[in-house]
Amino acid sequence: MNNSDTRAAASLSALAREAAPRAAAKGPAENAFRVENLEVAFGNHTVLKNISIGLRARAVTAIIGPSGCGKSTFLRSLNRMHELVPEAKMTGTIHLFGKNIYGSEIDPVVVRRRVGMVFQKSNPFPTMSIAENVTVGLRLNGMGDKSLLRERLETSLKMSALWDEVKDRLHAPAISLSGGQQQRLCIARALAVKPEVLLMDEPASALDPLATSKIEELILELKKEFTIVIVTHNMQQAARISDFTAFFYMGDLIEYDSTLKIFTNPSVKQTEDYVTGRFG
Amino acid sequence: MHENRHTFRKGVNVLMQVVTLLCALLVIVPLFLIFYHILKQGIGSVNLAFFTHLPAPVGETGGGMANAIAGTFVLLGLAALFGIPFGVFGGVYLAEYAAPRVAWWIRFVADILNGVPSIIWGMTVSALIVLRMKTFSAWAGGIVLAMIMVPLVLRTTEEVLALVPSGYREAALALGISRWRTIFSIVIRTALKGIITGLLLALARVAGETAPLLFTAFGNAFWTHHLSEPIAALPLQIFAYGISPYDDWHRQAWAGALVLLLLVVSINIAVRILTRDRFSKLV
Repeated sequence: MNNSDTRAAASLSALAREAAPRAAAKGPAENAFRVENLEVAFGNHTVLKNISIGLRARAVTAIIGPSGCGKSTFLRSLNRMHELVPEAKMTGTIHLFGKNIYGSEIDPVVVRRRVGMVFQKSNPFPTMSIAENVTVGLRLNGMGDKSLLRERLETSLKMSALWDEVKDRLHAPAISLSGGQQQRLCIARALAVKPEVLLMDEPASALDPLATSKIEELILELKKEFTIVIVTHNMQQAARISDFTAFFYMGDLIEYDSTLKIFTNPSVKQTEDYVTGRFG
Repeated sequence: MHENRHTFRKGVNVLMQVVTLLCALLVIVPLFLIFYHILKQGIGSVNLAFFTHLPAPVGETGGGMANAIAGTFVLLGLAALFGIPFGVFGGVYLAEYAAPRVAWWIRFVADILNGVPSIIWGMTVSALIVLRMKTFSAWAGGIVLAMIMVPLVLRTTEEVLALVPSGYREAALALGISRWRTIFSIVIRTALKGIITGLLLALARVAGETAPLLFTAFGNAFWTHHLSEPIAALPLQIFAYGISPYDDWHRQAWAGALVLLLLVVSINIAVRILTRDRFSKLV
Protein backbone atom coordinates (compact mmCIF):
# COMPACT_ATOMS: atom_id res chain seq x y z
CA MET A 1 0.00 0.00 0.00
CA ASN A 2 1.58 3.26 -0.99
CA ASN A 3 1.28 6.53 0.89
CA SER A 4 -1.68 8.02 -0.91
CA ASP A 5 -3.61 4.76 -0.55
CA THR A 6 -2.90 4.77 3.17
CA ARG A 7 -4.08 8.34 3.48
CA ALA A 8 -7.22 7.65 1.48
CA ALA A 9 -8.00 4.59 3.54
CA ALA A 10 -7.36 6.47 6.76
CA SER A 11 -9.68 9.31 5.79
CA LEU A 12 -12.40 6.87 4.73
CA SER A 13 -12.23 5.00 8.00
CA ALA A 14 -12.28 8.33 9.83
CA LEU A 15 -15.43 9.25 7.93
CA ALA A 16 -16.99 5.89 8.70
CA ARG A 17 -16.07 6.21 12.42
CA GLU A 18 -17.57 9.65 12.55
CA ALA A 19 -20.76 8.36 10.97
CA ALA A 20 -20.94 5.20 13.10
CA PRO A 21 -22.78 6.63 16.13
CA ARG A 22 -25.68 7.44 13.87
CA ALA A 23 -25.96 3.81 12.89
CA ALA A 24 -25.85 2.76 16.54
CA ALA A 25 -28.59 5.23 17.44
CA LYS A 26 -31.32 3.58 15.40
CA GLY A 27 -34.25 1.65 16.86
CA PRO A 28 -34.89 -2.08 17.04
CA ALA A 29 -33.36 -3.98 14.16
CA GLU A 30 -36.01 -4.84 11.61
CA ASN A 31 -35.40 -5.78 8.02
CA ALA A 32 -37.31 -3.94 5.33
CA PHE A 33 -36.19 -6.34 2.59
CA ARG A 34 -35.31 -9.98 2.92
CA VAL A 35 -33.70 -11.16 -0.30
CA GLU A 36 -33.13 -14.89 -0.73
CA ASN A 37 -31.21 -16.64 -3.50
CA LEU A 38 -31.86 -13.84 -5.95
CA GLU A 39 -30.65 -14.52 -9.47
CA VAL A 40 -31.30 -12.12 -12.33
CA ALA A 41 -30.43 -12.68 -15.96
CA PHE A 42 -31.03 -10.67 -19.10
CA GLY A 43 -31.33 -13.23 -21.88
CA ASN A 44 -28.33 -15.53 -21.43
CA HIS A 45 -26.35 -13.02 -19.44
CA THR A 46 -26.51 -13.65 -15.69
CA VAL A 47 -26.17 -10.35 -13.87
CA LEU A 48 -26.81 -11.36 -10.25
CA LYS A 49 -25.80 -14.72 -8.78
CA ASN A 50 -27.47 -16.18 -5.72
CA ILE A 51 -27.76 -13.02 -3.63
CA SER A 52 -29.13 -13.35 -0.09
CA ILE A 53 -29.23 -10.23 2.04
CA GLY A 54 -31.42 -8.46 4.59
CA LEU A 55 -31.74 -4.69 4.30
CA ARG A 56 -32.39 -2.83 7.54
CA ALA A 57 -35.49 -0.69 7.88
CA ARG A 58 -35.07 3.03 8.59
CA ALA A 59 -31.38 2.88 7.81
CA VAL A 60 -29.21 3.73 4.83
CA THR A 61 -27.66 0.81 3.00
CA ALA A 62 -25.03 1.66 0.41
CA ILE A 63 -24.44 -0.65 -2.55
CA ILE A 64 -20.90 -0.29 -3.89
CA GLY A 65 -18.87 -2.05 -6.55
CA PRO A 66 -17.25 -1.44 -9.92
CA SER A 67 -19.35 -0.69 -13.03
CA GLY A 68 -21.13 -3.73 -14.38
CA CYS A 69 -21.11 -5.58 -11.04
CA GLY A 70 -24.92 -5.72 -10.87
CA LYS A 71 -25.55 -2.92 -8.34
CA SER A 72 -28.18 -1.15 -10.40
CA THR A 73 -29.87 -4.40 -11.38
CA PHE A 74 -30.01 -5.37 -7.72
CA LEU A 75 -31.57 -2.02 -6.86
CA ARG A 76 -34.09 -2.30 -9.68
CA SER A 77 -35.07 -5.83 -8.66
CA LEU A 78 -36.23 -4.33 -5.33
CA ASN A 79 -39.09 -2.49 -7.05
CA ARG A 80 -39.39 -4.77 -10.07
CA MET A 81 -38.15 -2.08 -12.44
CA HIS A 82 -35.74 -4.56 -14.04
CA GLU A 83 -38.82 -6.24 -15.53
CA LEU A 84 -39.06 -3.38 -18.03
CA VAL A 85 -36.30 -5.15 -19.96
CA PRO A 86 -38.29 -7.72 -21.97
CA GLU A 87 -35.84 -10.61 -21.66
CA ALA A 88 -35.29 -10.22 -17.89
CA LYS A 89 -35.50 -13.47 -15.89
CA MET A 90 -35.50 -13.68 -12.12
CA THR A 91 -35.45 -16.50 -9.55
CA GLY A 92 -35.39 -16.41 -5.76
CA THR A 93 -37.60 -14.36 -3.46
CA ILE A 94 -37.71 -10.82 -2.15
CA HIS A 95 -39.89 -10.05 0.86
CA LEU A 96 -40.76 -6.48 1.79
CA PHE A 97 -41.79 -6.30 5.44
CA GLY A 98 -42.71 -9.96 5.32
CA LYS A 99 -44.62 -9.90 2.04
CA ASN A 100 -43.30 -11.55 -1.12
CA ILE A 101 -43.22 -8.76 -3.71
CA TYR A 102 -42.88 -11.34 -6.51
CA GLY A 103 -45.98 -13.26 -5.41
CA SER A 104 -48.22 -14.26 -8.31
CA GLU A 105 -51.05 -12.06 -7.01
CA ILE A 106 -48.81 -8.99 -6.64
CA ASP A 107 -49.07 -6.21 -9.25
CA PRO A 108 -45.67 -4.58 -9.87
CA VAL A 109 -47.46 -1.21 -10.02
CA VAL A 110 -48.44 -1.64 -6.36
CA VAL A 111 -44.90 -2.65 -5.38
CA ARG A 112 -43.59 0.55 -6.97
CA ARG A 113 -45.99 2.66 -4.94
CA ARG A 114 -44.41 1.23 -1.78
CA VAL A 115 -40.86 1.37 -3.09
CA GLY A 116 -39.99 4.73 -4.62
CA MET A 117 -36.99 5.42 -6.82
CA VAL A 118 -34.68 8.31 -7.64
CA PHE A 119 -32.51 8.09 -10.72
CA GLN A 120 -28.98 9.13 -11.61
CA LYS A 121 -30.16 11.71 -14.10
CA SER A 122 -32.82 13.99 -12.67
CA ASN A 123 -35.95 13.57 -14.76
CA PRO A 124 -38.73 15.99 -13.82
CA PHE A 125 -41.52 15.93 -16.41
CA PRO A 126 -40.77 18.81 -18.81
CA THR A 127 -44.40 19.61 -19.61
CA MET A 128 -45.32 20.07 -15.96
CA SER A 129 -44.84 22.77 -13.33
CA ILE A 130 -42.97 22.22 -10.08
CA ALA A 131 -46.25 21.60 -8.24
CA GLU A 132 -47.62 19.28 -10.93
CA ASN A 133 -44.42 17.23 -10.85
CA VAL A 134 -44.67 16.66 -7.11
CA THR A 135 -48.32 15.61 -7.17
CA VAL A 136 -48.27 13.67 -10.44
CA GLY A 137 -48.05 10.25 -8.77
CA LEU A 138 -51.13 11.02 -6.69
CA ARG A 139 -53.14 12.67 -9.46
CA LEU A 140 -52.55 9.93 -12.00
CA ASN A 141 -53.60 7.38 -9.41
CA GLY A 142 -56.93 9.10 -9.08
CA MET A 143 -56.53 11.45 -6.13
CA GLY A 144 -58.58 14.57 -6.88
CA ASP A 145 -58.89 16.16 -3.43
CA LYS A 146 -57.37 19.62 -3.95
CA SER A 147 -56.64 20.39 -0.30
CA LEU A 148 -55.02 17.02 0.27
CA LEU A 149 -52.89 17.45 -2.85
CA ARG A 150 -51.86 20.90 -1.67
CA GLU A 151 -50.91 19.48 1.72
CA ARG A 152 -48.87 16.63 0.23
CA LEU A 153 -47.18 19.12 -2.11
CA GLU A 154 -46.01 21.20 0.82
CA THR A 155 -44.92 18.34 3.08
CA SER A 156 -43.06 16.58 0.26
CA LEU A 157 -41.20 19.75 -0.74
CA LYS A 158 -40.36 20.44 2.89
CA MET A 159 -39.10 16.87 3.39
CA SER A 160 -36.88 17.22 0.35
CA ALA A 161 -35.58 20.60 1.62
CA LEU A 162 -36.81 22.41 -1.47
CA TRP A 163 -39.84 24.26 -0.10
CA ASP A 164 -38.09 27.50 0.81
CA GLU A 165 -36.46 27.75 -2.59
CA VAL A 166 -39.61 27.17 -4.67
CA LYS A 167 -42.60 28.17 -2.53
CA ASP A 168 -43.04 31.44 -4.47
CA ARG A 169 -42.93 29.82 -7.90
CA LEU A 170 -44.72 26.50 -7.55
CA HIS A 171 -46.29 26.96 -10.98
CA ALA A 172 -43.06 27.67 -12.81
CA PRO A 173 -41.87 24.94 -15.20
CA ALA A 174 -39.91 22.23 -13.39
CA ILE A 175 -37.11 22.43 -15.94
CA SER A 176 -36.42 26.04 -14.89
CA LEU A 177 -34.79 24.69 -11.70
CA SER A 178 -31.05 24.04 -11.34
CA GLY A 179 -29.68 20.49 -11.58
CA GLY A 180 -29.49 19.99 -7.82
CA GLN A 181 -32.96 21.45 -7.31
CA GLN A 182 -34.33 19.19 -10.04
CA GLN A 183 -32.92 16.16 -8.24
CA ARG A 184 -34.50 17.25 -4.95
CA LEU A 185 -37.74 17.81 -6.87
CA CYS A 186 -37.53 14.19 -8.06
CA ILE A 187 -37.06 13.12 -4.44
CA ALA A 188 -40.13 15.18 -3.44
CA ARG A 189 -42.07 13.56 -6.28
CA ALA A 190 -41.11 10.11 -5.03
CA LEU A 191 -41.97 11.02 -1.40
CA ALA A 192 -45.40 12.43 -2.28
CA VAL A 193 -46.87 8.96 -2.87
CA LYS A 194 -45.73 7.98 0.65
CA PRO A 195 -43.46 5.06 -0.12
CA GLU A 196 -41.90 2.95 2.62
CA VAL A 197 -38.58 2.61 0.85
CA LEU A 198 -36.56 4.98 -1.30
CA LEU A 199 -34.15 3.47 -3.81
CA MET A 200 -31.48 5.83 -5.11
CA ASP A 201 -29.36 5.04 -8.13
CA GLU A 202 -26.29 7.30 -7.89
CA PRO A 203 -28.52 10.28 -7.11
CA ALA A 204 -25.67 12.78 -6.80
CA SER A 205 -23.24 11.59 -9.44
CA ALA A 206 -24.27 14.31 -11.91
CA LEU A 207 -24.26 17.12 -9.33
CA ASP A 208 -21.65 19.60 -8.13
CA PRO A 209 -20.19 19.22 -4.60
CA LEU A 210 -22.54 21.74 -2.99
CA ALA A 211 -25.67 20.16 -4.47
CA THR A 212 -24.24 16.75 -3.53
CA SER A 213 -23.83 17.71 0.11
CA LYS A 214 -27.43 18.95 0.18
CA ILE A 215 -28.63 15.60 -1.13
CA GLU A 216 -26.51 13.79 1.48
CA GLU A 217 -27.92 15.88 4.34
CA LEU A 218 -31.36 15.13 2.99
CA ILE A 219 -30.69 11.38 2.97
CA LEU A 220 -29.60 11.49 6.62
CA GLU A 221 -32.81 13.33 7.46
CA LEU A 222 -35.03 10.98 5.45
CA LYS A 223 -33.70 7.77 6.98
CA LYS A 224 -35.54 8.60 10.20
CA GLU A 225 -38.76 7.71 8.40
CA PHE A 226 -37.75 5.75 5.33
CA THR A 227 -35.62 2.81 4.44
CA ILE A 228 -33.00 3.98 1.98
CA VAL A 229 -30.94 1.88 -0.39
CA ILE A 230 -28.41 3.86 -2.38
CA VAL A 231 -26.09 2.83 -5.19
CA THR A 232 -22.96 4.97 -5.23
CA HIS A 233 -19.58 5.10 -6.92
CA ASN A 234 -18.31 7.55 -4.35
CA MET A 235 -16.60 5.81 -1.42
CA GLN A 236 -16.58 8.97 0.69
CA GLN A 237 -20.29 9.29 0.17
CA ALA A 238 -20.91 5.69 1.23
CA ALA A 239 -18.75 6.23 4.33
CA ARG A 240 -20.46 9.49 5.23
CA ILE A 241 -24.11 8.58 4.90
CA SER A 242 -24.63 4.83 5.11
CA ASP A 243 -25.14 2.56 8.10
CA PHE A 244 -24.53 -0.62 6.14
CA THR A 245 -22.54 -1.29 3.03
CA ALA A 246 -22.80 -4.14 0.57
CA PHE A 247 -19.95 -4.75 -1.86
CA PHE A 248 -20.89 -6.36 -5.16
CA TYR A 249 -18.42 -7.72 -7.68
CA MET A 250 -19.19 -9.49 -10.97
CA GLY A 251 -22.74 -10.31 -9.87
CA ASP A 252 -21.72 -11.70 -6.48
CA LEU A 253 -22.32 -10.17 -3.09
CA ILE A 254 -18.75 -10.23 -1.75
CA GLU A 255 -19.26 -8.66 1.64
CA TYR A 256 -22.07 -7.07 3.60
CA ASP A 257 -21.59 -5.48 6.97
CA SER A 258 -21.82 -2.26 8.92
CA THR A 259 -20.25 0.63 7.04
CA LEU A 260 -17.72 1.05 9.86
CA LYS A 261 -16.56 -2.55 9.46
CA ILE A 262 -16.39 -2.37 5.65
CA PHE A 263 -14.30 0.80 5.67
CA THR A 264 -12.06 0.06 8.69
CA ASN A 265 -11.63 -3.68 8.87
CA PRO A 266 -13.18 -5.57 5.95
CA SER A 267 -13.07 -9.36 6.17
CA VAL A 268 -12.45 -9.98 2.48
CA LYS A 269 -9.30 -8.86 0.70
CA GLN A 270 -11.27 -7.88 -2.42
CA THR A 271 -13.39 -5.46 -0.41
CA GLU A 272 -10.32 -3.83 1.06
CA ASP A 273 -8.74 -3.50 -2.36
CA TYR A 274 -11.87 -1.89 -3.73
CA VAL A 275 -12.57 0.59 -0.95
CA THR A 276 -8.95 1.72 -0.85
CA GLY A 277 -9.05 2.31 -4.58
CA ARG A 278 -6.63 -0.35 -5.71
CA PHE A 279 -9.01 -1.72 -8.31
CA GLY A 280 -12.38 -1.00 -9.84
CA MET B 1 5.13 23.35 -55.28
CA HIS B 2 3.43 23.38 -51.88
CA GLU B 3 2.04 26.80 -52.66
CA ASN B 4 0.47 25.42 -55.85
CA ARG B 5 -1.21 22.48 -54.19
CA HIS B 6 -2.61 24.74 -51.56
CA THR B 7 -4.14 27.00 -54.19
CA PHE B 8 -5.48 23.95 -56.03
CA ARG B 9 -7.19 22.61 -52.89
CA LYS B 10 -8.69 25.98 -52.17
CA GLY B 11 -9.97 26.13 -55.72
CA VAL B 12 -11.61 22.69 -55.44
CA ASN B 13 -13.17 23.75 -52.17
CA VAL B 14 -14.71 26.86 -53.70
CA LEU B 15 -15.90 24.87 -56.73
CA MET B 16 -17.63 22.26 -54.58
CA GLN B 17 -19.27 24.97 -52.53
CA VAL B 18 -20.64 26.62 -55.65
CA VAL B 19 -21.90 23.30 -57.10
CA THR B 20 -23.78 22.40 -53.93
CA LEU B 21 -25.20 25.92 -53.69
CA LEU B 22 -26.50 25.69 -57.25
CA CYS B 23 -28.16 22.36 -56.50
CA ALA B 24 -29.81 23.85 -53.43
CA LEU B 25 -31.05 26.81 -55.48
CA LEU B 26 -32.49 24.36 -57.99
CA VAL B 27 -34.90 23.28 -55.24
CA ILE B 28 -35.93 26.79 -54.27
CA VAL B 29 -36.24 28.40 -57.70
CA PRO B 30 -39.09 26.22 -59.02
CA LEU B 31 -41.08 26.86 -55.85
CA PHE B 32 -40.91 30.59 -56.45
CA LEU B 33 -41.62 30.15 -60.17
CA ILE B 34 -44.72 28.09 -59.43
CA PHE B 35 -45.86 30.51 -56.78
CA TYR B 36 -45.26 33.53 -59.01
CA HIS B 37 -47.00 31.98 -61.99
CA ILE B 38 -50.07 30.84 -60.05
CA LEU B 39 -50.29 34.18 -58.31
CA LYS B 40 -50.11 36.05 -61.59
CA GLN B 41 -52.69 33.86 -63.32
CA GLY B 42 -55.02 33.35 -60.41
CA ILE B 43 -55.13 36.57 -58.46
CA GLY B 44 -57.38 38.30 -61.02
CA SER B 45 -60.19 35.79 -60.46
CA VAL B 46 -59.94 35.58 -56.68
CA ASN B 47 -62.76 37.81 -55.53
CA LEU B 48 -65.68 37.59 -53.14
CA ALA B 49 -67.83 35.73 -55.65
CA PHE B 50 -65.15 33.07 -55.97
CA PHE B 51 -65.63 32.19 -52.28
CA THR B 52 -69.41 32.60 -52.16
CA HIS B 53 -70.85 31.47 -55.51
CA LEU B 54 -71.41 28.13 -57.15
CA PRO B 55 -69.73 27.46 -60.50
CA ALA B 56 -71.49 29.30 -63.29
CA PRO B 57 -73.03 27.27 -66.14
CA VAL B 58 -71.12 27.18 -69.40
CA GLY B 59 -71.67 30.39 -71.32
CA GLU B 60 -72.20 32.53 -68.26
CA THR B 61 -69.23 34.37 -66.84
CA GLY B 62 -68.41 34.74 -63.18
CA GLY B 63 -69.40 32.19 -60.59
CA GLY B 64 -67.12 30.75 -57.94
CA MET B 65 -65.91 27.65 -56.18
CA ALA B 66 -67.72 28.02 -52.86
CA ASN B 67 -68.89 24.40 -52.94
CA ALA B 68 -65.44 23.08 -53.80
CA ILE B 69 -63.78 25.06 -51.00
CA ALA B 70 -66.37 23.84 -48.49
CA GLY B 71 -66.07 20.32 -49.95
CA THR B 72 -62.33 20.28 -49.40
CA PHE B 73 -62.83 21.21 -45.76
CA VAL B 74 -65.53 18.56 -45.34
CA LEU B 75 -63.30 15.91 -46.90
CA LEU B 76 -60.35 16.96 -44.72
CA GLY B 77 -62.62 16.82 -41.68
CA LEU B 78 -63.75 13.29 -42.54
CA ALA B 79 -60.17 12.25 -43.28
CA ALA B 80 -59.08 13.60 -39.88
CA LEU B 81 -62.02 11.93 -38.14
CA PHE B 82 -61.18 8.49 -39.52
CA GLY B 83 -57.45 8.82 -40.08
CA ILE B 84 -56.20 10.46 -36.89
CA PRO B 85 -57.39 7.87 -34.32
CA PHE B 86 -56.03 4.93 -36.32
CA GLY B 87 -52.78 6.69 -37.16
CA VAL B 88 -52.08 8.02 -33.68
CA PHE B 89 -53.12 4.90 -31.76
CA GLY B 90 -51.25 2.71 -34.22
CA GLY B 91 -48.16 4.85 -33.73
CA VAL B 92 -48.53 4.57 -29.96
CA TYR B 93 -48.78 0.79 -30.25
CA LEU B 94 -45.72 0.71 -32.47
CA ALA B 95 -43.60 2.91 -30.20
CA GLU B 96 -44.76 1.71 -26.79
CA TYR B 97 -46.13 -1.81 -26.95
CA ALA B 98 -45.06 -3.73 -30.05
CA ALA B 99 -42.38 -6.41 -29.76
CA PRO B 100 -39.38 -5.54 -31.97
CA ARG B 101 -40.24 -8.17 -34.61
CA VAL B 102 -43.86 -7.08 -34.85
CA ALA B 103 -42.80 -3.43 -34.94
CA TRP B 104 -40.41 -4.18 -37.78
CA TRP B 105 -43.21 -5.70 -39.88
CA ILE B 106 -45.68 -2.91 -39.17
CA ARG B 107 -43.06 -0.29 -40.01
CA PHE B 108 -42.19 -2.16 -43.21
CA VAL B 109 -45.84 -2.36 -44.30
CA ALA B 110 -46.50 1.29 -43.37
CA ASP B 111 -43.53 2.41 -45.45
CA ILE B 112 -44.78 0.43 -48.44
CA LEU B 113 -48.26 1.92 -48.01
CA ASN B 114 -46.69 5.40 -47.92
CA GLY B 115 -45.30 4.68 -51.36
CA VAL B 116 -48.51 3.31 -52.89
CA PRO B 117 -49.66 5.66 -55.69
CA SER B 118 -52.78 7.50 -54.57
CA ILE B 119 -54.78 6.41 -57.61
CA ILE B 120 -54.55 2.84 -56.35
CA TRP B 121 -56.08 3.93 -53.06
CA GLY B 122 -58.85 5.55 -55.07
CA MET B 123 -59.59 2.37 -57.05
CA THR B 124 -59.56 0.27 -53.89
CA VAL B 125 -61.99 2.46 -51.99
CA SER B 126 -64.11 2.72 -55.10
CA ALA B 127 -64.39 -1.06 -55.21
CA LEU B 128 -65.00 -1.37 -51.48
CA ILE B 129 -67.40 1.50 -50.88
CA VAL B 130 -68.56 3.26 -54.01
CA LEU B 131 -69.65 0.09 -55.80
CA ARG B 132 -71.50 -1.12 -52.72
CA MET B 133 -73.22 2.19 -51.98
CA LYS B 134 -73.89 2.44 -55.71
CA THR B 135 -72.99 6.13 -55.59
CA PHE B 136 -69.98 8.38 -55.32
CA SER B 137 -70.02 10.03 -51.92
CA ALA B 138 -68.29 12.36 -49.47
CA TRP B 139 -67.92 9.34 -47.18
CA ALA B 140 -65.87 7.50 -49.77
CA GLY B 141 -63.75 10.61 -50.44
CA GLY B 142 -63.10 11.16 -46.74
CA ILE B 143 -62.22 7.52 -46.20
CA VAL B 144 -59.78 7.35 -49.08
CA LEU B 145 -57.97 10.44 -47.80
CA ALA B 146 -57.97 8.90 -44.31
CA MET B 147 -56.39 5.74 -45.67
CA ILE B 148 -53.61 7.77 -47.27
CA MET B 149 -53.10 9.62 -43.97
CA VAL B 150 -52.94 6.62 -41.63
CA PRO B 151 -49.51 5.22 -42.54
CA LEU B 152 -48.05 8.75 -42.61
CA VAL B 153 -49.45 9.67 -39.21
CA LEU B 154 -48.50 6.28 -37.79
CA ARG B 155 -44.85 6.72 -38.70
CA THR B 156 -44.52 10.34 -37.56
CA THR B 157 -46.29 9.56 -34.27
CA GLU B 158 -43.98 6.63 -33.69
CA GLU B 159 -40.92 8.71 -34.45
CA VAL B 160 -41.75 11.54 -32.07
CA LEU B 161 -42.69 9.12 -29.30
CA ALA B 162 -39.33 7.43 -29.73
CA LEU B 163 -37.71 10.83 -29.11
CA VAL B 164 -39.18 11.01 -25.60
CA PRO B 165 -36.31 9.97 -23.30
CA SER B 166 -36.93 6.64 -21.54
CA GLY B 167 -36.08 8.35 -18.24
CA TYR B 168 -39.56 9.89 -18.19
CA ARG B 169 -41.24 6.52 -18.66
CA GLU B 170 -39.11 5.01 -15.90
CA ALA B 171 -39.78 7.92 -13.56
CA ALA B 172 -43.53 7.55 -14.03
CA LEU B 173 -43.54 3.76 -13.69
CA ALA B 174 -41.38 4.01 -10.55
CA LEU B 175 -44.06 6.24 -9.01
CA GLY B 176 -46.51 3.36 -9.28
CA ILE B 177 -48.30 4.87 -12.26
CA SER B 178 -49.75 2.21 -14.54
CA ARG B 179 -48.40 1.60 -18.02
CA TRP B 180 -51.30 3.10 -20.00
CA ARG B 181 -51.45 6.13 -17.70
CA THR B 182 -47.73 6.64 -18.15
CA ILE B 183 -48.11 6.48 -21.92
CA PHE B 184 -51.15 8.75 -22.19
CA SER B 185 -50.46 11.29 -19.47
CA ILE B 186 -46.67 11.48 -19.57
CA VAL B 187 -45.22 10.22 -22.85
CA ILE B 188 -47.88 11.49 -25.27
CA ARG B 189 -48.13 14.78 -23.40
CA THR B 190 -44.40 15.27 -23.75
CA ALA B 191 -44.51 14.52 -27.48
CA LEU B 192 -47.83 16.25 -28.20
CA LYS B 193 -46.44 19.08 -30.33
CA GLY B 194 -44.57 16.64 -32.52
CA ILE B 195 -47.66 14.47 -32.95
CA ILE B 196 -49.80 17.48 -33.93
CA THR B 197 -47.12 18.55 -36.39
CA GLY B 198 -47.30 15.12 -38.01
CA LEU B 199 -51.08 15.36 -38.23
CA LEU B 200 -51.00 18.78 -39.89
CA LEU B 201 -48.38 17.72 -42.41
CA ALA B 202 -50.45 14.65 -43.30
CA LEU B 203 -53.55 16.84 -43.75
CA ALA B 204 -51.58 19.23 -45.96
CA ARG B 205 -50.45 16.29 -48.02
CA VAL B 206 -53.93 14.87 -48.63
CA ALA B 207 -55.50 18.32 -49.16
CA GLY B 208 -54.09 18.33 -52.68
CA GLU B 209 -54.90 14.74 -53.62
CA THR B 210 -56.88 14.56 -56.84
CA ALA B 211 -56.68 11.12 -58.38
CA PRO B 212 -58.26 9.14 -55.51
CA LEU B 213 -61.12 11.63 -55.33
CA LEU B 214 -61.99 11.07 -59.00
CA PHE B 215 -63.17 7.56 -58.05
CA THR B 216 -64.79 8.42 -54.76
CA ALA B 217 -65.96 12.00 -54.09
CA PHE B 218 -66.33 12.48 -57.85
CA GLY B 219 -67.09 16.20 -57.68
CA ASN B 220 -70.32 18.10 -57.76
CA ALA B 221 -71.35 21.33 -59.48
CA PHE B 222 -73.83 22.06 -56.69
CA TRP B 223 -73.96 22.02 -52.93
CA THR B 224 -73.83 18.62 -51.29
CA HIS B 225 -76.58 18.24 -48.71
CA HIS B 226 -75.75 14.78 -47.52
CA LEU B 227 -72.47 12.96 -47.00
CA SER B 228 -73.71 10.05 -49.12
CA GLU B 229 -73.87 12.32 -52.16
CA PRO B 230 -70.95 13.17 -54.44
CA ILE B 231 -69.07 16.22 -53.22
CA ALA B 232 -66.93 18.90 -54.86
CA ALA B 233 -63.31 19.47 -53.89
CA LEU B 234 -60.78 22.11 -54.96
CA PRO B 235 -58.37 19.73 -56.70
CA LEU B 236 -61.25 18.08 -58.60
CA GLN B 237 -62.63 21.43 -59.66
CA ILE B 238 -59.20 22.61 -60.77
CA PHE B 239 -58.84 19.42 -62.81
CA ALA B 240 -62.27 19.72 -64.41
CA TYR B 241 -61.83 23.39 -65.25
CA GLY B 242 -58.21 23.01 -66.29
CA ILE B 243 -59.01 20.46 -69.03
CA SER B 244 -62.04 22.39 -70.26
CA PRO B 245 -61.86 24.45 -73.48
CA TYR B 246 -63.19 27.68 -71.93
CA ASP B 247 -60.95 30.63 -71.05
CA ASP B 248 -63.21 31.70 -68.22
CA TRP B 249 -62.93 28.26 -66.60
CA HIS B 250 -59.17 28.33 -67.06
CA ARG B 251 -59.04 31.57 -65.08
CA GLN B 252 -61.17 29.97 -62.38
CA ALA B 253 -58.86 26.95 -62.30
CA TRP B 254 -55.88 29.22 -61.69
CA ALA B 255 -57.74 30.95 -58.90
CA GLY B 256 -58.59 27.56 -57.38
CA ALA B 257 -54.96 26.53 -57.61
CA LEU B 258 -53.95 29.70 -55.81
CA VAL B 259 -56.43 29.12 -52.98
CA LEU B 260 -55.38 25.47 -52.61
CA LEU B 261 -51.71 26.44 -52.55
CA LEU B 262 -52.40 29.10 -49.91
CA LEU B 263 -54.25 26.50 -47.81
CA VAL B 264 -51.30 24.10 -47.92
CA VAL B 265 -48.78 26.88 -47.29
CA SER B 266 -50.73 28.15 -44.29
CA ILE B 267 -50.84 24.64 -42.79
CA ASN B 268 -47.06 24.51 -43.19
CA ILE B 269 -46.66 27.91 -41.58
CA ALA B 270 -48.82 26.73 -38.66
CA VAL B 271 -46.46 23.77 -38.30
CA ARG B 272 -43.46 26.11 -38.23
CA ILE B 273 -44.98 28.24 -35.52
CA LEU B 274 -45.91 25.17 -33.52
CA THR B 275 -42.44 23.65 -33.73
CA ARG B 276 -40.50 26.82 -33.07
CA ASP B 277 -39.64 25.84 -29.51
CA ARG B 278 -40.16 22.15 -30.00
CA PHE B 279 -36.79 21.02 -28.75
CA SER B 280 -36.85 23.06 -25.58
CA LYS B 281 -40.17 21.42 -24.78
CA LEU B 282 -39.45 17.94 -25.94
CA VAL B 283 -36.10 17.09 -24.44
